[in-house]
Amino acid sequence: MTTSFIHPALILIFGGLLLPFVKGPFRKPYLFIIPLLTLLNVVYLSWHPGVYGVVNFMGGDWTLTFGRVDRLSMVFGFIMALMAVIGTVYGLHVNDDLQHIAAWFYVAGSLGVIYCGDYLVLFLFWELMAFASTFLIWFNKDKGSLAAGYRYLLVHTFGGVVLLLGFVLRYQATGDLSFVLLSEENTHLYTWLIMAGLMLNAAVPPLHSWLPDAYSKATVTGAVFMCAFTTKTAIYTLARGFAGFDILIVLGVVMAIYGIIYALIENDIRRLLGWEIVSQVGYMVAGVGIGTALAINGTCAHAFAHILYKGLLFMAAGAVIHATGKSKFTDLGGLYKKMPLTFFFLVIGGISVSAFPFFSGFVTKSMIIAAGFEEHLLIPAFLLTMVSVGTFLVAGLRLPYLIFFGDTRCSDETWSKAEDPPWNMQLAMLAASFFCLLVGSYTPFLYNMLPYTDVAFHPYGSYHLSETMQLLAFTAIIFIFLKDKIGARATISLDLDWFYRRGGRLFLWLAKNPVQWLDTCWGSAYKVVGLYPLMTTARFWSWFDWHGIDGIVDGSARCVRAIGRRVSLTLQRGQIQQTIYISITFAAILLVSYVWL
Amino acid sequence: MIIQIIDYLKERPKTVRVSSYIGIAIMLIWSVLAVDNHHAHTWAEKYIPGFWSLFSLGAAVVLIFFARWFGKSGIMTREDYYDN
Repeated sequence: MTTSFIHPALILIFGGLLLPFVKGPFRKPYLFIIPLLTLLNVVYLSWHPGVYGVVNFMGGDWTLTFGRVDRLSMVFGFIMALMAVIGTVYGLHVNDDLQHIAAWFYVAGSLGVIYCGDYLVLFLFWELMAFASTFLIWFNKDKGSLAAGYRYLLVHTFGGVVLLLGFVLRYQATGDLSFVLLSEENTHLYTWLIMAGLMLNAAVPPLHSWLPDAYSKATVTGAVFMCAFTTKTAIYTLARGFAGFDILIVLGVVMAIYGIIYALIENDIRRLLGWEIVSQVGYMVAGVGIGTALAINGTCAHAFAHILYKGLLFMAAGAVIHATGKSKFTDLGGLYKKMPLTFFFLVIGGISVSAFPFFSGFVTKSMIIAAGFEEHLLIPAFLLTMVSVGTFLVAGLRLPYLIFFGDTRCSDETWSKAEDPPWNMQLAMLAASFFCLLVGSYTPFLYNMLPYTDVAFHPYGSYHLSETMQLLAFTAIIFIFLKDKIGARATISLDLDWFYRRGGRLFLWLAKNPVQWLDTCWGSAYKVVGLYPLMTTARFWSWFDWHGIDGIVDGSARCVRAIGRRVSLTLQRGQIQQTIYISITFAAILLVSYVWL
Repeated sequence: MIIQIIDYLKERPKTVRVSSYIGIAIMLIWSVLAVDNHHAHTWAEKYIPGFWSLFSLGAAVVLIFFARWFGKSGIMTREDYYDN
């Protein structure tokens, strides 16, 4: 049976290009329909697995595959398209077409990566993602966004080049461009280069600093998109290419701990959430590293759940920033009276990420940890459980407490501006909350989509319930006693981006001082030694040009002018019909002679 | 409605505290006595009653104090550090 294949990314790209022409009452429905069509297309594709969109390129030397639809790409494609709908609804009130176009192109890049079957197509969409998402930072007019956007772009360009280098070396060695699982036994330089390129997008330390930096500077709606797509697309590519690589377990656990420590001392809402993405993606990286069927299922499930609850948290954080204009805990606090619905949605996101029973994290995170225990990786499994405690501390307790409870640190202006966001933002948060609850309460919804169908996992056993409730209850008790130790402080936290932010300054200093001095010296020497002979030579050539070259050129010009005058006297007698007649005749003669010959 | 519920609870801190403690105690008793821990992965989980309670107490304290020490060791710095 042949299935008509339309790439879901194309719908978003063309939809985005047409958006500026859609005006008035049609605009909001249009904004909703385009991502919805994409979602329907993704669902349609998931009913028809197979390989589509195979194109021969460069005379058949390379085969490009745009549409590899299998169970792994299906689950990621579905959640990306779903998040595109929710994110666009969240941004419906934004009148700037360019923001929507950038967001859609960004999602298109993500979907392109998910359905691609070779490195060339992967790279094409990979870069589309990086460029489109940079604009989501630049559109924010806040101080520091421009610089943050440039840093983001530079880091991702670097990652892209590493990836390019990796797959070109692989092509040179094997003649193969297909994007498939690489062998852990037989590694080469290119294996590590490809892995590093992909890991940069997954924000694996030490390649992670771009994430909190960029996400805290993006526009309110831009951050909602960014938190979903870049890292989870990278997780998909790692799961596709590097499942079972042991080093990823170590890196994943490091990442999970690193992120949660920084989140505990962070003062900016969206930076805190960014650090928590680093931490949560750590679970997925570790899951990919474990590489068993249960672990890969857990990784996919956790990525799915993560996109929803992290999107919800970023939406709620965005609502606070949208209303108050403040993003630091030191400027907020006690806001539950002014923004009760936002508080409610933030708590839903917080308890989902903290793995409360009946919410999404409970049925997904535990799969990865269980897979770790099953493989007798006790230390990673216990460390990841420790990070779960930290996650609840950060997202379930510290975050809502510092925004909505305690003494208010708001100025009068902030307090009076604070209110629940417009209907479309609330609707998007409601939809995300619904899916958080659905995933957690009705497990077949997500479990039936997972890539490996032959592994069963039952999260609602009494042992797992008791374990989770003990973890949550005692973490909450500790928080009540020690909450002032991790309170709001007006600081920023130094991280590895120090090297390129301060490193850039060192470069500027070098450029200003020693290099400038060298340039001045060189300039003076050149004036004395180089300039005089140069002027003499120049004078000779000037004379030659005037007398030699111009003579010939002017002579020819005069000749052409004379011929032209003669022609115009003969043909152009000032009557337009005659001129047209002559031109058409000439063209007809040319045409006839061409056909005849 | 959300505001009323929160305010209602805030006016009765003692009741909230006591009922939370009772809830946690019931949950602990259930965990220790009734939960089948045949699915436990390690020795510690099987034979230490309320293992995960102790684990989470330890983990939360370690994380909070480590983060605090780490931040104070020079990582947390003034907000305009990168501005000049």
